[in-house]
Amino acid sequence: MAKIKGAVEVDVLHCKGCELCVHACPSNVLALSKNVNEKGYAYAYMQNPEACIGCASCAYICPDGCIKVYKVKL
Amino acid sequence: MNENIIAPENLVYEKSKLLKDNVMHYCPGCNHGTVHRMIAEVIEEMGMEHDCIGVSPVGCAVFIYKYIDVDFAEAAHGRAPAIATAMKRLNPDKLVFTYQGDGDLSAIGACETLHACNRGENIAIIFVNNAIYGMTGGQMSPSTLVGMKASTCPYGRDVELNGYPMKISNILAELEGTCYVTRQSVHSAAAVRKAKKAIRKAFDNSMAKKGTSVVEIVASCNSGWKMTPYNANKWLEENMFPFYQLGDLKDR
Repeated sequence: MAKIKGAVEVDVLHCKGCELCVHACPSNVLALSKNVNEKGYAYAYMQNPEACIGCASCAYICPDGCIKVYKVKL
Repeated sequence: MNENIIAPENLVYEKSKLLKDNVMHYCPGCNHGTVHRMIAEVIEEMGMEHDCIGVSPVGCAVFIYKYIDVDFAEAAHGRAPAIATAMKRLNPDKLVFTYQGDGDLSAIGACETLHACNRGENIAIIFVNNAIYGMTGGQMSPSTLVGMKASTCPYGRDVELNGYPMKISNILAELEGTCYVTRQSVHSAAAVRKAKKAIRKAFDNSMAKKGTSVVEIVASCNSGWKMTPYNANKWLEENMFPFYQLGDLKDR
């Protein structure tokens, strides 16, 4: 079976740290950063990038549309 | 490793190009943003971005015109279906939709909504039901659940005093003029996909002149409910869904 690897790119400026993507992720990839963006929100980042399967659940749930999802078959 | 994956040819999802780059004014985790994104995606998929007129409500989503790059008109509180009626009758080839909250659609605009649906105007109504007046400070709305706390019923909605919550979509489904009435939600990725399909169907019905389509989105208002976004979605699942059951109420 071909292995699928994914990656997400978070638009730090638009992220408000609502944590919905963190809970929506089936493989516990995302977490909130200790750093904050210029509005003072802790933004989401890939804490465990190896586990990402590119399912785009995080991007579908994101209210601010700040997640881009990439996927490759290895 | 990630650098190899993040390349334009591997892109599987990004927000619609119709969503402007403005940072939305909604609270973190607000469902309005998700619904805006769905609408933008559907309009883009249909290729209707130059032939679409939306009517924005009064409430938090009054600024929808700042976020979706299509034509918009602003209606007085609750009057969106009346404005949309005129627009669709004068421009039958345009996609006309209204975006309304529960206070807008089921309280102040109940009359306009009922009559527009009864006349079977060929418009699509997106109804975001979060059981509260979010913008003005979390007052009770017609769809606030029994026992649910709001700033104007701090001890919970009391049936003796405030009456029962109103399932306005069920009422609209009974009217002859509506062709499609559905209740969806955006609390999970799967629900968002379903809601998007419902919005697409409503917009298609509007263009096919089949009658009025109503898509109710049972949503959360985490600030108004005084919860975190995740807990608000949980609360939504546990308390709103038993009363506001998801699914198609009418489809013809």
